[in-house]
Amino acid sequence: MIYEGKKKIWKDYQKEIPDDHYFYVRSCIRQTLFPASEKTFLDITRNKLHKDFFETEHHTTCGGIAYHSDVIPQETVMTIIARQFALMKKYGYENYVCSCITSFGLYTETLETWHEFPQLQEKTAENLWKSCKLEFTKPKYLAHSSDIIYKFRNLIAEQAKYKLINQYTGEPLKVVEHIGCHYSKMFPSKGFGGAEYPYVLAGMIEAWGGEVVDYPERRHCCGFGFRQYLVKANRGYSISNTHKKFESMEPFKPDMIITNCPGCPYFLDRWQYAIAEMEGKTYGENGHGIPVFTYEEVAGLVMGYNPWDLGLQNHQIGTEILLDKIGIPYDPNMKYKGLNNKDLGIPEFPSCIK
Amino acid sequence: MGKLYEELTSDYRIKEGLNACINCGTCTAICPAAEFYKYDPRAIVDMVQTKDDDVIEELLNSETIWYCGECMSCVTRCPRKNAPGLVVMALRSMSMDKGYFINSEKGRQQYALTKALTNNILNYGYCIYPRTFKSELHPEAGPIWEWIEKNMDDVYARNGANLDGNGTGALRKIPKEDLEELKRIFNITGATQRIETINKYSISRAEELGLTEDEYFMKVFTETEKNHLNED
Repeated sequence: MIYEGKKKIWKDYQKEIPDDHYFYVRSCIRQTLFPASEKTFLDITRNKLHKDFFETEHHTTCGGIAYHSDVIPQETVMTIIARQFALMKKYGYENYVCSCITSFGLYTETLETWHEFPQLQEKTAENLWKSCKLEFTKPKYLAHSSDIIYKFRNLIAEQAKYKLINQYTGEPLKVVEHIGCHYSKMFPSKGFGGAEYPYVLAGMIEAWGGEVVDYPERRHCCGFGFRQYLVKANRGYSISNTHKKFESMEPFKPDMIITNCPGCPYFLDRWQYAIAEMEGKTYGENGHGIPVFTYEEVAGLVMGYNPWDLGLQNHQIGTEILLDKIGIPYDPNMKYKGLNNKDLGIPEFPSCIK
Repeated sequence: MGKLYEELTSDYRIKEGLNACINCGTCTAICPAAEFYKYDPRAIVDMVQTKDDDVIEELLNSETIWYCGECMSCVTRCPRKNAPGLVVMALRSMSMDKGYFINSEKGRQQYALTKALTNNILNYGYCIYPRTFKSELHPEAGPIWEWIEKNMDDVYARNGANLDGNGTGALRKIPKEDLEELKRIFNITGATQRIETINKYSISRAEELGLTEDEYFMKVFTETEKNHLNED
């Protein structure tokens, strides 16, 4: 990667976010598919970095997946968002951090639209009062949870037990970073590093010892496309986009992929399995897939968390190949155990991919 | 200027997303959907800016407005700060609210999406919820999801979630009073009305085809009869 040009771009796209006291809201997709990542985020911020991240059980979906599937109107999601902001105000916070990229994009778009059209903000306030008898205040700062880990990446590196370095060769691991489209494609100034070369994950990779892979389709969408995945008849769209990315990154022989979006790690993981089933093609070494991680999973790994506490057993593509490269210990016999070593059986292992 | 166009411009996404399009085609060049489907966002934006109701009605009835994945890659690259993705969203809303969606195969899929997503939101407070994310509808989720599904309570507990539990945490049971607030927001802001419109047209279509609602759901969810793909 040619760093000089990228550094200039990164310098132009920096945003200010505070380092403490956040109202935290969860992601529908991540709670379902990567619940341990959200747990790890709160554990790192609260217990390792000793920061204040508050959560209330009263927050709900922002409605973003339904809105971008065109199922609910813009006025509806704006009012749900206003309700979340009212909860933030009620609990005495002014910094808002969300776990979901779709939410982050939608919050950003909503705040920008209200700024542009104040009458719409007034209408939303009226809707919120009529429906919930609540009043809201806009957050002083809006962040995505990957922004927080990016901000603390060097503190995490100071506490790290492992680096993103191949213990067999001593070389940095080659890491593909995949940014969720709604992080900064709509509003480049709202993401660390902008839209063309976002730095939010690249900064983590560098701080933790790895090397960023710069490949042609780096910014291409994973293929979620909302209705293009959620409706079974449309899933050819979704897998085709993932396929395009893997074909593009394959010559660079990545060791791993890190993502900051709720759906992307699921699609990049599961579509590798589906491509292997359909075409017999695998993109990793010796029949392996390329392991895909959330940024919390990678932060947890370098900090020495037990891989099964991070939920890596829920991936379809095995992650042990990467754990071995880094030298992270794990107990294979505990991979599929429940709490208190409860026997949950083991999943079927596909023969097409490891 | 036609009435449909005038109504379309009352949508804030048109106010935000449509300035003067210069027809350069940068949006189409970057668009993931244009590579897969017979889809050209440049042409859609150009058709809208004719302000001609016949042309806009053609779009509202069309397959093409349903091909976008709303990734918004077009927004980053447009040299005139247009947002073709937002223009498409406004067209889709109008197509549903006026009933045109029922005339296209891709539009009719809104029945399945509406049923699945709004049930999750109103019953559980989440757009996606694990107990309704079924292996039989998601074979690509792989054998690992079948294992998770089989051991759901234990797997979520092992992952530190609070599935259907009280208090905070991932997948907690969202209190009834909060779900009631979501329902009231739906009623006041047009979501309930949209659900009713989608259902009215879809159930009528199902009856015409001699299908039950569940059979119609599976038909629009799984079947493709037309060729939508870009074969260039």
